[in-house]
Amino acid sequence: MSAASRAEAPAYVATTKTGRFTDFVDERVGGSGILREFGRKVFPDHWSFMFGEVALYSFVILLLSGTFLTFFFDPSMAETHYAGSYTPLKNVEMSVAYSSSLDISFDVRGGLFMRQVHHWAALLFVASVAVHMLRVFFTGAFRKPREMNWVVGGVLLILAMAAGFTGYSLPDDLLSGNGLRIIDGVIKSIPVIGTYTSFFLFGGEFPGTAIISRLYTLHILLVPALILLMIVLHLFMVVVHKHTQYPGPGRNDHNVVGYPLGPVYAAKAGGFFFIVFGVIALMAGFFTINPIWNYGPYDPSPVSAGTQPDWYIGFVDGALRLMPGVIGNFHFEYIIFGHVLTLNVLLPALVPAGIIFTVLFTYPWIERWITKDNREHHVLDRPRNAPTRTAIGVAGFTWYCVMWAAAGSDLIATHFHVALNDVTYWLRALFFVGPFIAFAVTKRVALALQRKDREIALHGRETGRIVRLPHGEFIEVHAPLDEYKRFKLVGFESLAPLPAQPNEHGVVDRKEKRRAKLSQWFFEDRVVPATPAELEAGHGHHEAVEAGESQKTLSH
Amino acid sequence: MKALSQKRRHPLAAIALLLMGLLLTGGLYAVATTVNQAKASTAEFSASDAEQGGKLFAANCATCHGMGASGSQAGPSLVGVGAAAVDFQVGTGRMPMQMNGPQAYKKPGQFNEQQTHQLAAYVASLGPGPSIPEAGVLDEKGDAAKGGELFRTNCAMCHNAAAAGGALTRGKFAPALADVSGKHIYEAMVTGPQNMPVFNDANISPEGKRDVITFLKQIEANGSPGGADLGALGPVSEGLFVWIAGLGVIIAFTIWLTSRSS
Repeated sequence: MSAASRAEAPAYVATTKTGRFTDFVDERVGGSGILREFGRKVFPDHWSFMFGEVALYSFVILLLSGTFLTFFFDPSMAETHYAGSYTPLKNVEMSVAYSSSLDISFDVRGGLFMRQVHHWAALLFVASVAVHMLRVFFTGAFRKPREMNWVVGGVLLILAMAAGFTGYSLPDDLLSGNGLRIIDGVIKSIPVIGTYTSFFLFGGEFPGTAIISRLYTLHILLVPALILLMIVLHLFMVVVHKHTQYPGPGRNDHNVVGYPLGPVYAAKAGGFFFIVFGVIALMAGFFTINPIWNYGPYDPSPVSAGTQPDWYIGFVDGALRLMPGVIGNFHFEYIIFGHVLTLNVLLPALVPAGIIFTVLFTYPWIERWITKDNREHHVLDRPRNAPTRTAIGVAGFTWYCVMWAAAGSDLIATHFHVALNDVTYWLRALFFVGPFIAFAVTKRVALALQRKDREIALHGRETGRIVRLPHGEFIEVHAPLDEYKRFKLVGFESLAPLPAQPNEHGVVDRKEKRRAKLSQWFFEDRVVPATPAELEAGHGHHEAVEAGESQKTLSH
Repeated sequence: MKALSQKRRHPLAAIALLLMGLLLTGGLYAVATTVNQAKASTAEFSASDAEQGGKLFAANCATCHGMGASGSQAGPSLVGVGAAAVDFQVGTGRMPMQMNGPQAYKKPGQFNEQQTHQLAAYVASLGPGPSIPEAGVLDEKGDAAKGGELFRTNCAMCHNAAAAGGALTRGKFAPALADVSGKHIYEAMVTGPQNMPVFNDANISPEGKRDVITFLKQIEANGSPGGADLGALGPVSEGLFVWIAGLGVIIAFTIWLTSRSS
């Protein structure tokens, strides 16, 4: 019996050698099943959906170029005298870390190129993560069921910043040392635990001899491992949730309209990797980034003008620059039981970043609480169709940008020939009023765009053809839209304020009243999409205009 | 001796003692400070230079600096600023000043070399001050590495480690140092023009100044080994570049890649 079953012929025998080989592998790992499942995953096509991909590809490029750099970088803070080929630093006393970074730049074949690839890719990585996040926010892609993936994305943003900052500090040049000194100051401003934390981190008083090797371990081991873990989680959830899509004819919350992964999308995505790689390689080949040889070795005494962190830490640096030391006679430093509490470092360094990340992480739940919307959403909002959310996003973004600009206040002053003090005063004012102005303007613009959409949906687009009516009046003929275009303008949901609801005891509690107020604030200004009845009326109305008979049609 | 001890309780004794003390410290100070002044000789200028310079001065500078360069409400006295200050301010076009403001801007020079020389001769004749440096310290053959260290410690906080310039308070600024001649760099160090402090010879020796100039000239000649330097302004210009050029090009590609469908 056993002989018979062993000899049982397989259902399928491949004819070619390659076929037999792949069949052998497939029978053991089930590859075709996986491929069938993934190859059929449908992805909608839109340029704004590709920033996550850019981030992923930048990360792959970071891993590749970073591995190359580890072959030559030595994270030691031992003292040495530079003996490489860059003469303006010849024989200068420096750390081994700085010396090996200079060797990578000047004495390792292709080293400078790889360093620049790594640094440009890092800037692009965080930038694409940020833009991806903005896209997700403004299109409402964070709504159910994607709230947790939004949080994973937020964690990825923080990890990306951590990866960038730990890497920025490694060359041990003057610029990165100045940056570390600021971080040290911020840590020391934390009450009670600050000094201990700083001593723990630096292995004694700043700068010590341990920090570079510690940051190196974080930079090449812990942080990338965490990023990889989060990417796996992030992509797993993308597969589980399926991709969102923009509203359009035939698209709803129960389908995904687009191309399957295999072969079209896989080919596009694969090609796009090389495009991203190419763009980064061109930047690295033609544009200097972080010319460490200009800055010289780190030494706590000199501080260079124009010392800034990389862009993603800029907003914290900007907040520090905006904070006044004293206001009139009001000081921000207190001595409590012999301990100094330095609010003019603690407040700007931690509070704005704290507010931004708290709101960022909790926003899906805030909006969910206000709208009481428990439905799944796979069709995105056009930003104009969620005016209050869009306005909140732009207000937050403006606040961030004010702080961001403040990090370059000295360069704004020198390049636009204005006084540094005035730049600071203006940015301080904008820090407080900027978000409110941005909110009001954005909300009005969004509502105006919605009205325009409604107008176009109802009356068609302006043709530029002027017709003179028999009684002498001139009108412009409007052409009706085709149904596909019109769907885009009317196919959205406009939420109305949700009044306070009694709970299971039949009581409207205080929290619910607050929610109702927020809902009122959120949705009171709204433009309702044109209904089919209105469209029908509008349509007839236009035919009448073209026929030119009814007096009613003259009200254009 | 007896007479002296008898007179020590004279009412004027204390005043005499004070005078002697002041004279002594003042004299010592005068000796000490002249050590710092780079050979304040006017030997290189002829009397006619000074005379011509005086005429030029009266016609072009006296409105603000006063007749005889004694200063006015609009401009400081120039007695004792030395030939180096004139050579720097007039030679770089900062004087005559383009407009009133926090700081004089560099502009094309308004006087030719000879006229600048004559103005310098005139101002130098008014009182001793730093003179125009000799060629020996400007040969750019010092130790660039040492100059770099001096530069980073003394100059980089305003002029930026890559000498790209930087902002100061209330509209003042430290200019970028590319394309500035070694002579003008030296003169700026010894005279402290605009808002710059004076780096006298006790602070940075002539040898050290030579190293600094060597360093600056060498990094200028080296160019940027990594490609276009984006103004050597550090992370701000790099961030702007990646957001505008880097992401811009990538967005263009994403639009191209998705343009065929939907």
